[in-house]
Amino acid sequence: MAEIRVQHLRKAFGDFVAVQDSSFVVEDGEFFVMLGPSGCGKTTTLRMIAGLELPTGGQILLGGEDVTMRRARERDIAFVFQLFALYPHMNVRKNIGFPLLAQGMPSAEIRQRVEETAKLLRIDHLLNKSVSGLAGGDRQRVALGRAIVRRPKCFLMDEPLGTLDTEFRDLMVHELRELHNRIHATTVYVTHDQMEAMSMADKIAVMNHGVIEQFGTPREIYDRPATMFVADFIGSPPMNFLGFGGGLAKGAREIVVQGAKVAVPEVREDIAPADMALGIRPEHIRFDDASKLRGAIYGTEYLGTTQIVAVETADGIIKARVPAEIRLAAGDHVGLTLSSARLSLFEKGSGRAVRTAIHDTVSQGRAQHG
Amino acid sequence: MSLTTAHSVVAPSGTAKGIAGTIIVAYALISIVPLLWIFATSFKTPPDSIAYPPKIVFQPSIEGYCNLFTTRTRQTPEYINSLGPATGFCDETVRKRNMVIAGPSNFLPRFVNSLIIAFGSTFCAVFLGTLSAYGFSRFKVPLADDLLFFILSTRFMPPIAVAIPIYLMYRELGLSDTALGMILLYTAVNVSLAVWLLKGFIDEIPREYEEAAMIDGYTRLQAFWRTVLPQATTGIAATAIFCLIFAWNEYAFAALLTSGTAQTAPPFIPTIIGEGGQDWPAVAAGTTIFLVPILVFTILLRKQLLRGITFGAVRK
Repeated sequence: MAEIRVQHLRKAFGDFVAVQDSSFVVEDGEFFVMLGPSGCGKTTTLRMIAGLELPTGGQILLGGEDVTMRRARERDIAFVFQLFALYPHMNVRKNIGFPLLAQGMPSAEIRQRVEETAKLLRIDHLLNKSVSGLAGGDRQRVALGRAIVRRPKCFLMDEPLGTLDTEFRDLMVHELRELHNRIHATTVYVTHDQMEAMSMADKIAVMNHGVIEQFGTPREIYDRPATMFVADFIGSPPMNFLGFGGGLAKGAREIVVQGAKVAVPEVREDIAPADMALGIRPEHIRFDDASKLRGAIYGTEYLGTTQIVAVETADGIIKARVPAEIRLAAGDHVGLTLSSARLSLFEKGSGRAVRTAIHDTVSQGRAQHG
Repeated sequence: MSLTTAHSVVAPSGTAKGIAGTIIVAYALISIVPLLWIFATSFKTPPDSIAYPPKIVFQPSIEGYCNLFTTRTRQTPEYINSLGPATGFCDETVRKRNMVIAGPSNFLPRFVNSLIIAFGSTFCAVFLGTLSAYGFSRFKVPLADDLLFFILSTRFMPPIAVAIPIYLMYRELGLSDTALGMILLYTAVNVSLAVWLLKGFIDEIPREYEEAAMIDGYTRLQAFWRTVLPQATTGIAATAIFCLIFAWNEYAFAALLTSGTAQTAPPFIPTIIGEGGQDWPAVAAGTTIFLVPILVFTILLRKQLLRGITFGAVRK
């Protein structure tokens, strides 16, 4: 096992820049997730770590060793593909043993290692089956088996659950995390699904247009989004934005939004007058008739324990997550109270979060742009 | 209320199946009659073979095969009577026509030439075609589209259009009437077909297979050999059959460039007619034997051809 250090990584395909100046560190034994919409450069980054693409610039260090320009087979890593890439002309046993065969391992030892691995993944009863007849979840397990059988320095996974049915997916999320807890392998996992990322990751890097927008723990990313993109990408429904104007002074604790005063976490930097946005998670909104911030109910979405209520305000629709018991009808006028301690402030132009008291405890919550 | 419908939406009706079946059977019969005719003629005696109206029922004879594999000389009955007892069926048959077997004919060596040249050139064309198709499919080849067009453009004209230059070139290079020369020539003609056909098949095989193998410790060539090739067998089999059929049946170049040691069966078979009258059974026998290798090869590869391109382990 080893740590992965990526420094100022860059990849261009002709004029198109797929990855721009990415830097991050995946510590030994960490489960690291790269999250972002399709085309954001996360898979390209993964393929560069694997050695399937060569970077245009930057460095990749694996366990302290510079492997930037090394061939894939010299890196001692394992890769789980989105489409699994199980060899259809081999049975399960041969598929799992295939990487060991490359090392010239004696067949008796291969047999033993393959059987151990199959037991770990609970697929030992399938060893002599053809891979083409397997169910999605079992194919996934065989692909994982082929990855872990060699005990490589780290695992790279490219949306391995992307095409599974929802029920299998939930099961595999759980299994993957459980497997990680048992073998503590450094893992880089690429996905566009925030639920997978949030539930499995030790650390997440949120990418957009080839740039890492934020790097941190799932909690940091959710509670203290570094940019409006991250705030909007994470959370379902995503963070609401309410526009406001004017600058901010260091130490300010209150802003004015749509004529209503809203208490915010203490601002830690001076911001020149510009278009600003106040970010509120849906669950941090409560209905309170006394509030001056008002809107009309546009619609509700009943989810059992909670409901998502769309409220039309002067600055567009915002969504609140409130207990399901509250009876609301479309057209009702309501007042909105926001949980002051959990609010984020953004500069609209750059999308960057303003430093406030919520960042006080953050050690590495920001993207490490070069 | 019953939910059964009078007819299925997707399955063809009985009448449609009947019509389709009839058309196919009729087509198959039309295709197979000439072959059956040749096969039957090869077992006729020379008089039966030219009888009019043609004999459908006849006494089978292997005289055609005897004549195909031997050369004979005409002798007086006195001389033939002075010989000892006939040594075999062929000997006996030939003597009835006042002839004796003088020695083996050239058919067997010509047939062997055909085998060597056709299979040799097929192997070369498929081997080179597979490697270049893989290259075109997986790597950024500069001017790839132009190169592929150029490769295809060699098929724009009938190959025989360049017969004279090739004849002169081969004479200078000493490749005239050599098996090597014919293998090179047929390989050159077939490789364009092989590259195009195989590129299509290899494009269909996801790159992930080789990438997985390369990450797991294999070189690109090993990855190609162990993961791409086994999945391209269908395409390779189909390509090999096309190449083989061309090389096996090719007549014009063979007639022009080979005359002796490297002559193939197609230009040889017509010459049988000239040896001692119009010996149709011998020609038919030659043709029948000539059909066998391609038939066997196709039957052997039939499973690969029919299997179709299925990549079961990759979810699409």
